[in-house]
Amino acid sequence: MPAPDRLPQRQIDVTDLACRRGERLLFSNLGFSLAPGRALLVRGPNGTGKTTLIRTLAGLIAPDAGSIAIAGRSEEERPGTDMHLLAHASGVKGRLTVEENLAFWRAVNGGSGDAGEALDIVGLRGIADLEAGHLSAGQTRRLALARLIVAPRPIWLLDEPTAALDAEGDALVGRLIDSHLAQGGLCIAATHLPLALADTDRIATLTLGGAA
Amino acid sequence: MSSVAEKPNWFSRLANPGQFLIWSRLVNRPLAVVTGLVFVAGLYYALLHSPADYQMGETVRIMYIHVPNAWLSQFVYGVMVVSALGSLVWRHPMADVSMKAAAPLGAVFTGLALYTGSLWGRPTWGTFWEWDGRMTSTLVLFFIYLGLIALWRAFDDQLRAGRIVAVFTLIGAINIPIVKFSVDWWHTLHQPASVFTPEGPHMPMSILMPLLIMTLAFTLLFTSLQLLSMQVEVRRRRLATMEKRRAYAAGTPN
Amino acid sequence: MKGFAAVIRRDLTLAFRGGGDIMTLLLFFVMVGAIVPFAVGPDKALLSRLAPGIVWIAAFLSLLLGLDRLFRNDHEDGSLALFRQAELPLAGLVAAKVIAHWLLAALPLIVASPVLAVLLAMDAPTWLRVVLSLVIGTPGLAALGAMGAAVTVSLPRGGLLAPVLITPLALPLLIFGTGSIDAMAGNSALLLLAAVSLVLVAVAPFMAALALAVSED
Repeated sequence: MPAPDRLPQRQIDVTDLACRRGERLLFSNLGFSLAPGRALLVRGPNGTGKTTLIRTLAGLIAPDAGSIAIAGRSEEERPGTDMHLLAHASGVKGRLTVEENLAFWRAVNGGSGDAGEALDIVGLRGIADLEAGHLSAGQTRRLALARLIVAPRPIWLLDEPTAALDAEGDALVGRLIDSHLAQGGLCIAATHLPLALADTDRIATLTLGGAA
Repeated sequence: MSSVAEKPNWFSRLANPGQFLIWSRLVNRPLAVVTGLVFVAGLYYALLHSPADYQMGETVRIMYIHVPNAWLSQFVYGVMVVSALGSLVWRHPMADVSMKAAAPLGAVFTGLALYTGSLWGRPTWGTFWEWDGRMTSTLVLFFIYLGLIALWRAFDDQLRAGRIVAVFTLIGAINIPIVKFSVDWWHTLHQPASVFTPEGPHMPMSILMPLLIMTLAFTLLFTSLQLLSMQVEVRRRRLATMEKRRAYAAGTPN
Repeated sequence: MKGFAAVIRRDLTLAFRGGGDIMTLLLFFVMVGAIVPFAVGPDKALLSRLAPGIVWIAAFLSLLLGLDRLFRNDHEDGSLALFRQAELPLAGLVAAKVIAHWLLAALPLIVASPVLAVLLAMDAPTWLRVVLSLVIGTPGLAALGAMGAAVTVSLPRGGLLAPVLITPLALPLLIFGTGSIDAMAGNSALLLLAAVSLVLVAVAPFMAALALAVSED
């Protein structure tokens, strides 16, 4: 596991958030607060706006109403550089090798972590020199997870993190999130599958789609 | 701790456009009347009260249609640039409606400028086209308008299209002065004289006044057409929203 | 800085492992020039008069060909969304990609231009001026192309539209590029070419980044 230094502190406060997709209003009056070391699980059936919420928090989409306040950033810091997004599309280039892919994202994200160690953690060290196009969906997802490890950042936005992973992969994701929270990080994960997290005290749940 | 998001209650983002429809419909008829009157005045002066050119004879009167259209081709682009800024910077909901409505109008006026310019020049040139500075710049502007219209039509989601088209409109705005300059440079490199030499700073009143009146008339024409076009576009979007709601209500979510 | 260099290196690596795109581009460039004599006749005097213009048109068309690849791949595999969280601002990313695009598309054309010079009866001093004008003008073309590619990245058939959008705006480069080869007005044209190229290169990263950000919405 990477050395447990504390991550920079962030706090997320969302008030009255409303988002649409096309003409459809997905959700409105959405609000929550997230303190360091805590996780938010976003649940709900497909089509209720989980991915849209994650992308809005990542700053890719502008919300239709409401605000997202992230406390703890310094003046010079560009918004978004304290976040990691794990989306459905992996950002992995097939013709680069596993380690080339990771090294690229490490350089672009300003990461200081050890790439080899990160690959070790996700279980891809043995095939580091393999072209990423040969990887299975699960292995690609693990490579994407390595991207999060190699450049420590306080906020993790995960969209279906366990998709395409087997039971061992599920456990890996759980361990990574636990470790991240232990270092004072925040995690917002949209998933309709269970997450194997250790400390359920730190978890809040948000359900989209109108279930009361 | 658990928090729940409200079940979406249906609302359309087009709240503001409703007010636009109300007041603009009141303006339609008076504006059309004023436009008509100014046209009558302009044509009267242009056809009856202004002198024929000693070189070109009566055909110079096409200038009274050509020059206003050439002016409009640039003015309409200016309207689009302002709308583009309104869309990107202030996110005003009517801004991209305005931009979308203006594009075909701009293309038509530019096309008319080209057509009347061609008719005007033919007696002097002997052909229907000469690559002189101003006509060439107008042709390039025409291509830019058509490209913008093609860009609008390539998108399914017209709301997202609006923002992308706004960015490209601004890219065009930065480049158009450069294009004009380079076309003039190119023209002086390859050919000495232009047909459309302005009358000079001492354009006589008998020519200037009809020109200004006709320019005003065409600008009013654009304004009334623009308002009508925007109303149609707002209604079209409402219709699309209603149809989508109907489809969504008929199917089960997910 | 590290991220900037990493982006250039990645695009170059992907292109070289990609399989023959550069070859295709070069072939297209030479062929466009080579078919002109078939259309207008092989008269040397005519060809050498037209030659600089033909080389410029061939270069322009070839650069248009490679445009779509600039951002589409990254848009489709999610890299663009991830770039928004990078240390490198999106405008910096675009600048890096434009540089890589120039190295991969424009530089080979310039290197291959002697072939066209020979086929089109261009003499050596003229060819040198052509090369100079291409070196100065193609960065502007690449920058303009990046803006067109960014605007159309979210369109499935955007590859057809980008050339149509860019061509009217590329006229100054074409005019000053070919104008700089003319003996009389040549030097002022070269300066104007440099000015226009510079403006486009300066503006493109920001406008393209804006278009890309809007496309992700």
